[in-house]
Amino acid sequence: MLAFIIRRLAQSLLVMLVVALISFMMFRYVGDPIESMVGVETRLEDREAMRDRLGLNDPVPMQFLRFVGNAVQGEFGISYRLQQPVTELILSRLPATIELAFTSATLALVVGVVLGVFTALRPKSFMAAGVMGASLVGVSLPTFLIGIGLIYVFSVELGWLPSFGRGAVVELGWWRTGFLTESGVKSLILPAITLSLFQMTLIMRLVRAEMLEVMRTEYIRFARARGLTRRAVNFGHALRNTLVPVITITGLQLGSVIAFAIVTETVFQWPGVGSLFINSVQVVDVPVMAAYLLFIALVFVIINLVVDILYYVVDPRLRVDGGGSGH
Amino acid sequence: MTTQDSPTQHTPAPPPRPAGWLKRALDSDMFYSWRRSPVTVVATVVALALILMALFAPLIAPYNPFDPSSLNLMDGFTPPATKAAFTDNWFLMGADHQGRDVLSSIMYGSRISLLVGVLATLLAMSLGIALGLTAGYNGGVIDAVIMRIADIQLSFPAILIALLIFGIARGVIPASQQENMAIWVLILAIGLSNWAQFARTVRGATMVEREKDYVSAARIMGVHPILILIRHILPNVLGPVLVIGTIGLALAIIEEATLSYLGVGVPPTQPSLGTLIRIGQQFLFSGEWWILFFPGVTLVLLALSVNLLGDWLRDALNPRLR
Amino acid sequence: MKTILTHLGVALMSTTMMVSAASAETIRWARASDAMTLDPHSQNQGVTHTFAHHIYETLLDRDVQGTLTPRLATEWNLKDGDPTTWVFKLREGVTFHDGAAFTAEDVVFSLDRARSAKSNMRQLHADVAEVIAVDDLTVEVKMKGPSPLYPNNLTNTFIMDKTWSEANNVIEVQDYAAGEDNYAVRNTNGTGPYILQSREVDVRSVLTANDKHWAETKPAVTEIIYLPISDNATRVAALLSGEVDIVQDVPVQDIERLSGTGGIKVETGPENRVIYFGYKFGDAPLASSDIKDRNPINDPRVREAMELAVDRDAIKQVVMRGQSIPTGVATPPFVNGWTEELDAYPAVDLEKAKALLTEAGYPNGFSITLNTPNNRYVNDEAISQAVVGMLGRIGIKVALSSLPITQHSPLVMNSTTDFYMLGWGVPTFDSAYVFNDLVHTKEGNYGAYNAGLYSNPELDEKIRSLGSETDLDKRNATIAEIWKVVKEDRVLLPIHNQVLTYAMKDNITLPVHPENQPRMTSVTLD
Repeated sequence: MLAFIIRRLAQSLLVMLVVALISFMMFRYVGDPIESMVGVETRLEDREAMRDRLGLNDPVPMQFLRFVGNAVQGEFGISYRLQQPVTELILSRLPATIELAFTSATLALVVGVVLGVFTALRPKSFMAAGVMGASLVGVSLPTFLIGIGLIYVFSVELGWLPSFGRGAVVELGWWRTGFLTESGVKSLILPAITLSLFQMTLIMRLVRAEMLEVMRTEYIRFARARGLTRRAVNFGHALRNTLVPVITITGLQLGSVIAFAIVTETVFQWPGVGSLFINSVQVVDVPVMAAYLLFIALVFVIINLVVDILYYVVDPRLRVDGGGSGH
Repeated sequence: MTTQDSPTQHTPAPPPRPAGWLKRALDSDMFYSWRRSPVTVVATVVALALILMALFAPLIAPYNPFDPSSLNLMDGFTPPATKAAFTDNWFLMGADHQGRDVLSSIMYGSRISLLVGVLATLLAMSLGIALGLTAGYNGGVIDAVIMRIADIQLSFPAILIALLIFGIARGVIPASQQENMAIWVLILAIGLSNWAQFARTVRGATMVEREKDYVSAARIMGVHPILILIRHILPNVLGPVLVIGTIGLALAIIEEATLSYLGVGVPPTQPSLGTLIRIGQQFLFSGEWWILFFPGVTLVLLALSVNLLGDWLRDALNPRLR
Repeated sequence: MKTILTHLGVALMSTTMMVSAASAETIRWARASDAMTLDPHSQNQGVTHTFAHHIYETLLDRDVQGTLTPRLATEWNLKDGDPTTWVFKLREGVTFHDGAAFTAEDVVFSLDRARSAKSNMRQLHADVAEVIAVDDLTVEVKMKGPSPLYPNNLTNTFIMDKTWSEANNVIEVQDYAAGEDNYAVRNTNGTGPYILQSREVDVRSVLTANDKHWAETKPAVTEIIYLPISDNATRVAALLSGEVDIVQDVPVQDIERLSGTGGIKVETGPENRVIYFGYKFGDAPLASSDIKDRNPINDPRVREAMELAVDRDAIKQVVMRGQSIPTGVATPPFVNGWTEELDAYPAVDLEKAKALLTEAGYPNGFSITLNTPNNRYVNDEAISQAVVGMLGRIGIKVALSSLPITQHSPLVMNSTTDFYMLGWGVPTFDSAYVFNDLVHTKEGNYGAYNAGLYSNPELDEKIRSLGSETDLDKRNATIAEIWKVVKEDRVLLPIHNQVLTYAMKDNITLPVHPENQPRMTSVTLD
């Protein structure tokens, strides 16, 4: 187990390095950082001088080395756009995104599993068909359109919920939370629903498919035959056996929730890292983009690690060959 | 789970040859199950109608929205089923902000959306299946390498990968070719940003499948690994692949729309459904609902019918669920 | 972890609560983007300046008609007998937010800081030789030569407190290249009508009125909550649902809806910004054209045909929903040198345009790629798209390449475009600013935005003479001569001047500012 974890850690490091390279390469090709920093009236020679000062005229490998060296120390420089240390910026935006992602993922998981189990247990019912239909309509609409639609209905027409921002926040040390105020919770509702819909549908469909599959197995038939209650069979046996793929997908989805938050945060003006990132992309704010990409990569690598370990815990058969020396 | 016993009493998985598939399908339970499900029949009809409409757009569309010189700006914002104020043009679904017929735009736009969606999904699927099978079956170093690449891919939001590929394409393709290449870049970008999901799922299923007795038996009998993969493992992993693939097709179409929303989609003179929605979204508050509504409904219908077909296909392919 | 625990108690008490409803004096002001920095000399950018004008002040200001008005300087004139020195008399009794007195030393310090190497304001002060404090309330600015219009360059150069800057080590403008953080980026000490209370970049900033401000009339607005909301629909929705009081960047298509909504009103007015198309001059064939042996644009008949095909009125009516002022000259009416005669533009004449193309040897037209930004100007992409269609009708097949401004701008800067759209604001309100960057041959400090590489040595000479000509009548005559050639030669294809739209609750009145730099001090409340 320990050897396995160490190996995965080494692999993860390599992943991070490659991501660093990719993100660094990307910025060499997308837009021109100088353009984003200066007003339209700045003259050519000033632009050249800035290019020099920013080290954009150095050889590319040298720029990359400098980039990695700094990144290791958590040093991503100063945002071109906001002229503040990037690490600080990201840390100040992180709570908003984590609270949104956490709420969305919980919503998606709970509602997804419940609906999935429901539609699997009563596949022919009218309600199940309705839920499946609604879920399909939900995933067939672009996220930004759902968000704007929700704003239109609940903020503009009905005036029930705020259309943008986080509302009032409470500071717990450096962590700014929106969970503790009424306006904070109200502001969370629309973006969380928008962000969770897609994941919810995915989880629901997955749980349903897996449940249907498992319910067909002899194991479940046998359990029924043994006279166990329907409830015990459904949840004690069937649901438990659907957990492996559900864990995988939910784990993977948690990372993509943070990533997908980009669009949701833009629509709702949610002050998280996603909107920080998209604003940075628009003006090619290289330091912020680099830090954000590495941050997302880190989240994914950690999630993958956890999912792999959970696999081991849940399915003992995988423990033997995965940990050993492959085939 | 352990009691799930061995070899496949599967109906043959969809083999590559269409003619054979058709014949067997008509005889098989699949056709029966198709006929039994009215929702599926409707979905098939809608999907087929949309696909045919897209395929034959140049023949049936009342106007050619991709020819800017045929447009009259003064027709802009003509409401549905109304004669334009300054010309004799008449628009069933109204005209957009450029005086473009919304109905014709939808017909031409669906072409682009379907092309991007189908090709990108096929690309992602073939790449994902190939890599997932290889990783799951071989395990060890190969598995580690492929899965780490998948991790890297997954660690970037699809939108970011698309932006990356766009950026590189912009550096590589000469300026005069960029407009023509935009659609291919889009396919590549969306395809390459979605393969990892397939790979992970296929690999997971393969790892489970690999341990089963029939596969071990085949291996011991000395069957070539590629044959084992194709004949025994592939059919068994197709179920989950179809779940992802159906959502993936709709997803690809929506991803194209999102990229357009962020301003890196196909050129606005040749809009896809996604671009049309992005354009229409600007007029949400100003009362020109038709510019958003009709393309939006078309997109939902398209994605919905494809999803429904996929659902049915999955159930039909998986005899244990019947 | 430890930090969280130790701070928990204190933090819970210091809960920051959002003001839930606007009291009479609080204004929630939303616009599309946030100020880039609080360092007043770091960026030369409109949004940043607009925000800074509330905290810091400049020597001179410009009213909504565009004329210079006194601010921290009460009088300004050329020194008697010395046309190269400007004398500024400073306002008495002004204090900075921290209580320090405002003196000539602060002006010298700030102008020197603004023209230092790391400042992005320095091109506006490029002709300054030296800044001298004559006494506590008099400053002399010695120029390198006669600079009759220098005061026009001072309306966005803010005055900082020398002592405060020295104490906080912000004598130099922040060098973000060296990874420096700078106290002045997040802290302010100005003389302005508002004091910064809190700021979360891109999220919200809170300003409260400065009780000790020198102005006799106190502003009606005592608290400003500044809210950047980048998405158009969300920003409009915020006003419709009553979550904000003023929206500065209103999409033209939403004006009607907003003005038709009870409790909301819309103010519009012309902006000092012209939208135009430029094209590549010279004999070399165009990279994006199917004509491989010559450059069709270089033929004046082709340029005339293009102008005759573009229907500016239709663009105004449909694309801009009436919110634009079509023009035939690449300068806004606010600018010295603009005349009604120049502003006139020809009526659309497709027959004549086709005839001209045939005469020029292109009876079947030609192809070309148009580069357009899609997030910079009002409906920029839609305007370009409309022009594509209009040119298509005379046989010019235009492919449209639409990019965000960050990617579009290098194409213009590096002249790697054959045909492009750009907007031009004129902060000095003088034609020389247009000529220097758009018309003069691209060399040295001149022609930075002359992406079409137009070159006319005769004009260049006249343009350079404008910088040092002190006889204003003679100078204006030269400007008129230059415009005549620029218009006849069709160096640029101007479309219209932008119109600004602000939307607000109907008990609030905020007049439109021609440079799009509205002041909350000018807000009146009913």
